[in-house]
Amino acid sequence: MKKITGMMIYYYFVCHRKLWFFNNDLTMEHNSELVSIGKLIDETSYSREKKNILIEENINIDFIKDWKVIHEVKKSRKIEKASEWQLKYYLFLLKEKGIEIEKGILDYPLLRKREEVFLSDEDINKLKEVIKSIEEILGEKRPPQMTKKQICNKCAYYELCHI
Amino acid sequence: MGETFYIFKDGELRRKDNNIIIESLEGEKKNLKAEVAEEIYLFGEISMNTKLLNYLSQLKIILHVFNYYGFYSGSFYPRESNVSGYLLVNQVRKYDNSEERLRIAKEILKAASYNIYRNLRYYNGRGTDLANPMREIQSLTNRLDLCTSISELMGTEGNIRKTYYSSWNLIFKEELFDKRVKRPPDNMVNSLLSFTNSLIYTTVLSEIYKTQLNPTISFLHQPGAKRFSLCLDIAEIFKPLIGERMIFSLINKNQITEDDFDRDSNCLYLKDSAKRTILMEYDKRLKRTILHRDLGREVSYKYLIRLECYKLIKDIIGEKEYSGFKIWW
Ligand code: SF4
Repeated sequence: MKKITGMMIYYYFVCHRKLWFFNNDLTMEHNSELVSIGKLIDETSYSREKKNILIEENINIDFIKDWKVIHEVKKSRKIEKASEWQLKYYLFLLKEKGIEIEKGILDYPLLRKREEVFLSDEDINKLKEVIKSIEEILGEKRPPQMTKKQICNKCAYYELCHI
Repeated sequence: MGETFYIFKDGELRRKDNNIIIESLEGEKKNLKAEVAEEIYLFGEISMNTKLLNYLSQLKIILHVFNYYGFYSGSFYPRESNVSGYLLVNQVRKYDNSEERLRIAKEILKAASYNIYRNLRYYNGRGTDLANPMREIQSLTNRLDLCTSISELMGTEGNIRKTYYSSWNLIFKEELFDKRVKRPPDNMVNSLLSFTNSLIYTTVLSEIYKTQLNPTISFLHQPGAKRFSLCLDIAEIFKPLIGERMIFSLINKNQITEDDFDRDSNCLYLKDSAKRTILMEYDKRLKRTILHRDLGREVSYKYLIRLECYKLIKDIIGEKEYSGFKIWW
């Protein structure tokens, strides 16, 4: 079984189909302007505070303040539940490794906003379910059925899904 | 969508910092905006180095090369960065299942011949009597459904094309076209057809490159021998809409005439100025848009090709049976 990455958690909350496509390397980089915007933000913001740390294969996060707070920069122009869960997942993984983290911070430079994220016991249970569910989706031979959603309109997979 | 650059001048193509510069022999320089470039077509005699090729590869820009006579020589097709082992395995499986392969091949030809039919219908409505070839193509198209092998399909397709070509002189209102001779082209229509077909081939290749499809594994054509055969499959469908309609219009509007060709022993070659005219027209056509019925969005003719790739992907992963693009407007 592949390791569950933060990206997978993120996609799980956005769209199960997208998660499946992504995991089978059916990516849409040619369609997406967001990719380059994201890169730009990465290169320009927080360059001094940033310590990018890769723990095993599935977490790639920035720590700030003596390993007490983890930090994620988001390119989105919207605050999304999916990003929150992605960060909660990092907190959860670190906790499992015995690293107690106080909180996470989500940064939205395009919105000039930040959001604090905490991990509750309830969240931990939910994450365990999510992980199980992701494993099931990834084990499928075909992508999950399409359900038309609001976000489809802005999704890079729009044409692939709707043609 | 990215930009396509067509280069006719002789000169040098090179990387300078993060730019791609073309400098003609006369010292004229032009910056091909590297950030937006997607394809570069070379018609002139161009020198370049590996530094440029590495840069093109990094930016995933495809380079299509044509020789002096306007024949397609090949493409610099950067390392595949969009690979899905999952899709590849399933594409091969689809090809290897003779029933599935036949179904897809049939669908490709049914769409292609429908589009051919639509071209004739268009001109039939404009004062040319094409009732006979139309009837014949319709009955041949019906016969496609009954074919039980790829070679039978190919044979029927040959007959469809033969009937189609034989009606061209009526469309041109002048005896310009006898029979299709591929190489070397011996009359001006053949020469135009060869040139346009290779343009469509390269456009399809560029679109396939943006997906995870493997261009060597095809359904109608025999896979992989010498050419990216999946391009040939998909090109079949778009030749009538993009290439052949353009040829009819170029000739009927006298944008291309006998004067646009050079004769070399017994072959005809397009002059540079004619190639330019055609490419401008070709590019314009690729950029034409229509409202897509299923997507509810405006899409360009070029993007229709990508959508064809997506439909094949969906068939390959077992989500939805492929149905070929048919002109609906
Ligand atoms: S288009 Fe809609 S269904 Fe398809 S991947 Fe995107 S969000 Fe999911």
